[in-house]
Amino acid sequence: MGKLKMTAQVVSQECIATDVYSLVLKAYEIAKQAAAGQFVSVYTKDGSKMLPRPISLCGIDKESGTIRLVYRVVGFGTTEFSKLKTGDTIDILGPLGNGFDKQDKKAILIGGGIGIPPMLQLAKELSCEKTIVLGYRDEIFLNEEFEPYGNVYMSSEDGMHGVKGNVIDAIKKYGIDGDMIYACGPMPMLRGIKAYAAENGIICQISMEEKMACGVGACLACVCQTKDIDEHSQVHNKRICKEGPVFYAEEVEL
Amino acid sequence: MNMSVNIAGVEFKNPITVASGTFGSGMEYSEFVDLNRLGAVTTKGVANVPWAGNPTPRIAETCSGMMNAIGLQNPGIEVFKNRDIPFLKEYDTKIIVNVCGRSEADYVDCVEKLGECDVDLLEINVSCPNVKEGGIAFGQNPKALFDITKAVKAAAKQPVVMKLSPNVTDITEMAKAAEAAGADAVSLINTLTGMKIDVNRRTFAVANKTAGVSGAAIHPIAVRMVYQVANAIKLPIIGMGGVHDTESALEMLMAGASMVAVGTANFSNPYATVQIIDGIEAYMKKNGIDDIHELIGCVK
Repeated sequence: MGKLKMTAQVVSQECIATDVYSLVLKAYEIAKQAAAGQFVSVYTKDGSKMLPRPISLCGIDKESGTIRLVYRVVGFGTTEFSKLKTGDTIDILGPLGNGFDKQDKKAILIGGGIGIPPMLQLAKELSCEKTIVLGYRDEIFLNEEFEPYGNVYMSSEDGMHGVKGNVIDAIKKYGIDGDMIYACGPMPMLRGIKAYAAENGIICQISMEEKMACGVGACLACVCQTKDIDEHSQVHNKRICKEGPVFYAEEVEL
Repeated sequence: MNMSVNIAGVEFKNPITVASGTFGSGMEYSEFVDLNRLGAVTTKGVANVPWAGNPTPRIAETCSGMMNAIGLQNPGIEVFKNRDIPFLKEYDTKIIVNVCGRSEADYVDCVEKLGECDVDLLEINVSCPNVKEGGIAFGQNPKALFDITKAVKAAAKQPVVMKLSPNVTDITEMAKAAEAAGADAVSLINTLTGMKIDVNRRTFAVANKTAGVSGAAIHPIAVRMVYQVANAIKLPIIGMGGVHDTESALEMLMAGASMVAVGTANFSNPYATVQIIDGIEAYMKKNGIDDIHELIGCVK
């Protein structure tokens, strides 16, 4: 098996918050291989849009052969996806990227904004003790779905939900500790978490994003800077779509 | 039915290759397509030493295309020789190595190091719009192109293909300079220099400010230039620029290209190359064409 491009059928789609959609696709060949932290490239039906949109896997159900994508509508492609109805089809390529390196260590799962969805599948796959920290700007989503997997703490910029501030503020306020941080979210959040993890001696994995073209490691569009010379590139660059999107925080320069 | 073509004494099983930079050295796409089916794999540009490339974002989507300013990130010739060439030698396909440099000495050094390697053609990238030194500096002035072609030819063990830029007033002047300097073939077109502005961030969509536009949107320009060059010089042409399906590949052949490279289309359809090969074969069968040469340059 391996990566493949396929036409997937829409099982269901619902709007779960303003501009945030949950799309379930029948994609047996991708579901059976996929793991938390991986993503799929999603193609629009408009021939004038040539590049696929990389979207993380929020859910993987190997039994039913479905995958779940939770995404925010930000432009043309995601607007088109948001209109898909049960029974419609959509072309996807995957599973792509490396996924999280799951360790049996007391875990802190941190998601920020539209970086929250991949943490839900990770929460399901990690059998160890874990605490979940979710950061929002204002409106909350997916938080209830995390509850079966551990204690859930929240932060929001307006203070309406959980701690007023960001995920680091929540971690400090509630004294959340662990031996491994897994995080996905906007770059300022990842920088903050990397610094917090380093200060507190916690091992940290972060999931990154960048504009992508091929999604499979060929075009070198989506590189991030690395501390050491990378074996593949021979320079201080790693491919987010191939060696990533998940990196140990100390490997990369943010 | 004959689909094989010959460029500078090298026999290709069919006229389809890939555009440099869109296919790595074939490793990543070998998960999707059988590389044995391709006429050749054209590798991502390689220099005499590793290059880090440009800052991100390196790409942006445009209408029916995209733009990139990768900046020729590459691992350098030593790693390429020991890793990428042996990988491709496992397949029954020809190898076209794209070579980039910042100075004449860089190109010559890289070409000399490739002399001992079992590769079929060298494609010299003098047309990348995204690096400040070298690259396009050699590709926008006929005298500079003549000189770099001469220098590379003197150092090269394999036949030399000069890759031309469309960012010139008259591409036939550049093609004539390459021919006069002894090039064995030309390939065209590289990307067209463009710019996109991100109105939400109110800055350039690509960090390099300018970037090379590719994809279906540029195909008619590429066909026109291939046609012009085919009528201006006697050298064989590898045609590229927005080829995304059988029809757009056939257009390139009919305009005068002996080989056709598929580039950006690999990103929207990783199976594009083999689908185009199958499509050309089906077209030939349907139209009773026994030899691909009946199509090459058939539109005068």
